[in-house]
Amino acid sequence: MKKSMLREIYDFIKHGFILNLTGGLTYQLYLCGLVALMMIGAYAYSVQLRLGLAATNMSNIVSWGFYISNFTFLVGVAAAAVMLILPAYIFKDKDLHRVVIIGEGVAVGALVMCITFVFVDLGRPFKAWHLTPGIGILNWPSSLLSWDIIVLNGYLALNLLVPAYILFCQFNGRQPDPKKYRPFVFLSIFWAFAIHMVTAFLYEGLPARAFWNNPMMGPRFLASAFAAGPALITTVLVVVHAHTSFKIPVNTFNKLRLIIVISAIVNLIMLFSEIFKEFYFPTHHSLSATYLFFGLKGHDALVPWIWSAIACNVTGTLVLAFNPGGNKPLVLFPACILLFVGIWIEKGMGLIVPGLVPSPLGEVVSYAPSLVELGVTAGVFGVGIFVITVLVRPALVIEEKSHAAA
Amino acid sequence: MKPLHTPPAATPPKTCADARRRYGRRDFLKSAVQAAALCGAAAVTGCDPGQIQSGQIGLQWQEYFKKNYRLMTPLEKEATVRRLEQLAKLQRGIDIQIGTTEPVKEVLFGYAFNLTRCEGFMECVQACVRENNLDRASKTQYIRIFEMEPGQMSPESGNGQYFHEVPVDNHFYMGIQCFHCQNAPCVKACPTKATWMEPDGIVVVDYDWCIGCRYCMAACPYWGRRFNFNEPHVPEEEITRKQHYLGNRLRTRGMMEKCTFCIQRSRDGKLPACVAACPTGARIFGNLLDPDSEIRFVLKHKKVFRLKEDLGTDPKFWFFID
Repeated sequence: MKKSMLREIYDFIKHGFILNLTGGLTYQLYLCGLVALMMIGAYAYSVQLRLGLAATNMSNIVSWGFYISNFTFLVGVAAAAVMLILPAYIFKDKDLHRVVIIGEGVAVGALVMCITFVFVDLGRPFKAWHLTPGIGILNWPSSLLSWDIIVLNGYLALNLLVPAYILFCQFNGRQPDPKKYRPFVFLSIFWAFAIHMVTAFLYEGLPARAFWNNPMMGPRFLASAFAAGPALITTVLVVVHAHTSFKIPVNTFNKLRLIIVISAIVNLIMLFSEIFKEFYFPTHHSLSATYLFFGLKGHDALVPWIWSAIACNVTGTLVLAFNPGGNKPLVLFPACILLFVGIWIEKGMGLIVPGLVPSPLGEVVSYAPSLVELGVTAGVFGVGIFVITVLVRPALVIEEKSHAAA
Repeated sequence: MKPLHTPPAATPPKTCADARRRYGRRDFLKSAVQAAALCGAAAVTGCDPGQIQSGQIGLQWQEYFKKNYRLMTPLEKEATVRRLEQLAKLQRGIDIQIGTTEPVKEVLFGYAFNLTRCEGFMECVQACVRENNLDRASKTQYIRIFEMEPGQMSPESGNGQYFHEVPVDNHFYMGIQCFHCQNAPCVKACPTKATWMEPDGIVVVDYDWCIGCRYCMAACPYWGRRFNFNEPHVPEEEITRKQHYLGNRLRTRGMMEKCTFCIQRSRDGKLPACVAACPTGARIFGNLLDPDSEIRFVLKHKKVFRLKEDLGTDPKFWFFID
């Protein structure tokens, strides 16, 4: 008996729901934790709606803060899925093909967080419809922000549709038709580079901000993304490997580790080159870097952060490069977390705040996120981790069944 | 003096039964529907429902869905201006006049600042705050005056926060505001085309079209833009009633604003408030396309310079030394 298409889709979604709701006590507690995070975020955002952006610590000088920092970093995490998609679909790499679905889930979660972070940063969120072409105006191609809106939403669609199609076929016991999804896979590979380059251009294209107006920005974004993204995917894999029946082969960990190490080394070389440029012959344009690394006019809030970031980066890279544990999850896990946190600081607050300080008129201030900003950020991360969880969990079960059948 | 917000005309009924006795069933239902719509409108506009009167909801609804100013027909411009005036009457109980004066043909506004003359009195700042209804709560100012020592020519090395008697010996003063760049980075950056350069050279913001992303602020090399982080507050008796849609009309929180060369004055042939207020005659404003204007005289006969020429923004604001 042949089921109708609608019925199949309904069953697919229902099955996904059931798989997500069933689980042991630890899983239920984990879900509760995520819900709690989201509730904190919702409350903090309600405060922000009531008071306006005055509830944040942003000002006319530091006009972008913690939200945009996290947005910038997470774009990289989203782009990094391509490091799995490329070998898995194009070079037919079996080890990575097994986990590519997790990479795509992480990308979707990261994109949801990116878009939410931009939204919560808006002064007038209820007017966001002004961005919709047709009913509003999207200043394309002039504004880089309009490019970013297009590429982020496009990449979100690609990363949702391709895995959804493949899983849907596997769920119904059919072989997915490569002719139908491969063009989109190719597109998503170019698109992944695009989301990162465009986000870099957002900053790179501002001559007003010497710290950002730097051609290294795009390539460095890519390098740090291809280190931080796979590092996050590795930590997710370690968790999956330890807590589910879905086992990850050592080879997969090894390949991911190599990807991370190469990207992290390229990232460090570029960081070194930037530091050299700023401090070999310091100019007025180096004041932002001075503010970041050493503090300026008594404002040195970022200094401990950036040095810890560099320490994390270097340690993480060295551990992954020399691989003392022989790809043991016990060693990979902390090393990847170190690297991830290092890049998060460096490419988040360490990139956005010094771009705005000193102000174009030379004023120096300190910035640290307010409680409301921290609360909203926690909520957005809650949403993102939740999205990743509810996408990856059923996906793994369906994949596993389909592999067992084959 | 009237209070800032006029309270609702009638005291609201305390209970449903009470309400039914007072209004009758049909009226009660009508007001219940209105109350529901009111809460919706309050959620959208962020206003306290207690202060919204029935007529306002419709106006606010139409205001919420209006177009970008540049796409409005003259009739639509007229309509939104009437609505804004009515809202000001309903919400604050004040009469304002919002103009939509179009740019005059063959006019391109330019500005020059005499570094020798300025003595740092900041009369211009005060006049600007009053004329443009700037937020008193956050002490928003469009104009910054920097006290400079000889040997400096960039505000980055000056002191922008002096509190002492001026002028100080052996110092000079430099005024910074929006330079109305002919090649403005802020205009290029805006994702919704909420900011643009008018044909007479004034860079304006459509406050109601701005979504508050602050990308223009990051793009400005002169720190010429201000954002309303909090709900702006202007004491009612100090509100300048003669306003322009693109100029000094009252803003709300979450939107960008900036100097508009006092568009509500300059398009009527008057000088901007800062120029009119300057006691030393350091500020010069006029039509760059008129060969007999004072600004053209300055550009021709004085040694002028502009800030950050290397960025290619082409500001219409020159500094000169007498």
